[in-house]
Amino acid sequence: MWRDAALVAGRDLRIEVRSRVTTNQVAPFSVLVLILFAFALDPDRQLLERLASGLYWTAVLFAALLAISRSAAIDETDGVRDALRLSGLDPAGVFVGKAAAVAVVLFALEVLLGVGVVVLYGVEPAGAGLVVLAGVAATVAVAATGTLYGALVSGLRVRETLLPLLLLPVLAPVLIGATRAFEAALAGVPADGWPWCGLLAGIAVLYSVAGALAYGTLLEGS
Amino acid sequence: MEPVVHLRAAVALLGRFPALAGIDLDVSRGEIVLLRGPNGAGKTTVLRACAGLVPVVRGEAIVLGHDLRRDPRPVRRHVGLLGHATGLFEDLTVADNVRFWGRACGADPGDLAAAMDLVGLDGRLRDVSVGRLSAGQRRRTSLACLLARRPELWLLDEPHAGLDHTTRDQLDLLMGRAVRQGATVLLASHELDRAESLAHRVVELAGGTTIAHTAPDARRSPSERSRSGAPEPEASAPSSAEVTHVA
Repeated sequence: MWRDAALVAGRDLRIEVRSRVTTNQVAPFSVLVLILFAFALDPDRQLLERLASGLYWTAVLFAALLAISRSAAIDETDGVRDALRLSGLDPAGVFVGKAAAVAVVLFALEVLLGVGVVVLYGVEPAGAGLVVLAGVAATVAVAATGTLYGALVSGLRVRETLLPLLLLPVLAPVLIGATRAFEAALAGVPADGWPWCGLLAGIAVLYSVAGALAYGTLLEGS
Repeated sequence: MEPVVHLRAAVALLGRFPALAGIDLDVSRGEIVLLRGPNGAGKTTVLRACAGLVPVVRGEAIVLGHDLRRDPRPVRRHVGLLGHATGLFEDLTVADNVRFWGRACGADPGDLAAAMDLVGLDGRLRDVSVGRLSAGQRRRTSLACLLARRPELWLLDEPHAGLDHTTRDQLDLLMGRAVRQGATVLLASHELDRAESLAHRVVELAGGTTIAHTAPDARRSPSERSRSGAPEPEASAPSSAEVTHVA
């Protein structure tokens, strides 16, 4: 399974690098979301600073929708799904590889958006340990959930509009947990953030296992 | 000897539509069998069913010893399907595509380079993104992916479409070579002159059923028929009658 996962993750990342969609479209889009939040709340600088965690994770989720949609589209093109079924690749490996590639893209976007939040919202970085761990757990949760739902809507003509509709409500607990954990870290009270970090880790494990188990069935059914 | 493909009264559904309504087909090892018929006859569905991609819901369906009705997945590793879709990633190069699909089925790195050589994908072309290739070059890339798999059963849907004359001849030779090495070929084609000259046997389909099995054209000598250089198969049916109509 791990060999197949590495193969698929390498393929998806190579496609991202070659197509430059993440660097030329997704990244500018996510920064633009941060800037628009800043425009909307600029008169009240304190409010912007107070809401920074929530705005940051909302921008991450919007960027994630694009990244997940891209990832799902890779296997939708020109007979690739049939070729995957014929390849003998372990479906669990395909799921893990695709989720890992989405996670890598999201990590890169989160670093970029983190810099954006510091520069645009005037946030003082703090609580690095909690921020990193909560960020990793939330990213894995978003990538695993998104990859699973991306497979669920694949083959449908309305998949591009249906995916956000299904995914955003499911990701609401991730948004809440990541925001609370970041707020606690930035406020200098990391103890308040660790339970949220645990919740994020639980969601990440749950959807990773569910995705690995269900991906084969979804691949056959689409 | 057990046939490579054994379909008896096989029924397959595409949604609720019976795409195959009772197909009878036996293909022996080393045979090249042509599926012939009008659009909608069920040729593509037969190929996809043999690949385990379309579920057979009634009748018998055994391919390479695997019962497709019980579980179609085990047969997939052993077949190579060249269909209308290429199965390629446009943003990756030719070499990346062949490498990915080859490694996915556990091919040796040496086999991947050899597969690209065999279909004339030279050094310069290998580094070009598939999105920038012509239809024929994409077809050759798909063929290289198929060759890298070393399939026991080749399932070819309009394999000559989009290829230039030289590459068509090359494909015919590759089919012949595969058959000599023990593979079996089931192909569907509208280019009847070329396909019939390759095939040991022709199976006529219409409306999702088998309507006739045609023996090798007696008017042609084996050397004339065998454009591919393929040897005679181990066994083929029907044996004597030139045309057997299915009741």
